[in-house]
Amino acid sequence: MEITISRMLRVGVSLAAFVVLVGAILYLWQAHGMETDYRYFHGVPTPVDHFSPVLEGIRHLDSRSVIRLGILLLIATPIVRVAFCLYSFAMQKDKLYVLVSGTVLAVLLYSLLHR
Amino acid sequence: MVIVPVLALVFHVDLRYAVGASLISVIATSSGAAVSFVREGFSNVRIGMFLEVATTVGAVGGAYLASRISTHSIGIIFGITLLYSAWSSFRTKQDLQSHPPNALAEKLKLMGDYPVGGVRQTYVAQNVPAGFGIMAIAGILSGLLGIGSGAVKVLAMDSAMKLPFKVSTTTSNFMIGVTAAASAGIYLRRGYVAPGLAAPVMLGVLAGSIVGARLLVRIRVPILRVIFAVVIVALGVEMIYSGATGRL
Repeated sequence: MEITISRMLRVGVSLAAFVVLVGAILYLWQAHGMETDYRYFHGVPTPVDHFSPVLEGIRHLDSRSVIRLGILLLIATPIVRVAFCLYSFAMQKDKLYVLVSGTVLAVLLYSLLHR
Repeated sequence: MVIVPVLALVFHVDLRYAVGASLISVIATSSGAAVSFVREGFSNVRIGMFLEVATTVGAVGGAYLASRISTHSIGIIFGITLLYSAWSSFRTKQDLQSHPPNALAEKLKLMGDYPVGGVRQTYVAQNVPAGFGIMAIAGILSGLLGIGSGAVKVLAMDSAMKLPFKVSTTTSNFMIGVTAAASAGIYLRRGYVAPGLAAPVMLGVLAGSIVGARLLVRIRVPILRVIFAVVIVALGVEMIYSGATGRL
């Protein structure tokens, strides 16, 4: 179980890092003369859904969307790990820990998906 | 832990962008470091999962809190947390020799064993409610400040629950990624994670952690610990000062 977890983590992080690297190279390519000021916060006024615009942006090879996809992959890695633990506790018929990991999974999905 | 103050104090990045970028790099390094630790077989998946209930709920709360309170106060809380972790890195820890049976821990299966010189040493968690409560605070700090809050996690597992040192450090590493993922979704949706800033920070930290893990074998740990503490204390004082004078 633990070896599968560690392999899964490595694949997830490597994949995410690769996608972010591709996005960063594209960003440097596209960002010529476009200066962003991080000194002042200009976040989004209302919470936005971050899945559909990302997929839309990737079709146009928008570098920020590629980086966002990599970040989503990175966030998904620990979530998949918790889901895998839930599955293996279920295989061991450990009801208590199915409940515990189910709670953790629910909190993670709530934070990622709710509006 | 160093990322947020460096971005905020040296590069004058808005604290919210700094926290967002730091959170992403925390997930990357935790999942990367967990790879080697999990294989050693010290970390306890049940204890980790049980305490993750507290840290993830805390992290979601911390992320909501981050939008309610001013960046000045976040800066001051950050500084205090830095000073605490510098202080805690010098405390000497001694593993409990015998673990008295604990009814609540046994009901929750918060026990295990690990190899010490060929023999299996068994342990049972103590003070479960206190450990769970401190973990919730660790989660809030992680969600509010974008850090792994490893020092507070170790406090919960070492000082309160009396887990053996090797078990607590590896399990804490294992938990950090899940805790950070719980608040990262909220930060992402609020636009706190700027792709142009998060990408170089994440790639740089990941590359640094791979090099660092190799160097650690050859560097003398006491010297490293002093350098770390000096840097952390300096950043902590500067964060509190900047927060209090309203420059953050």
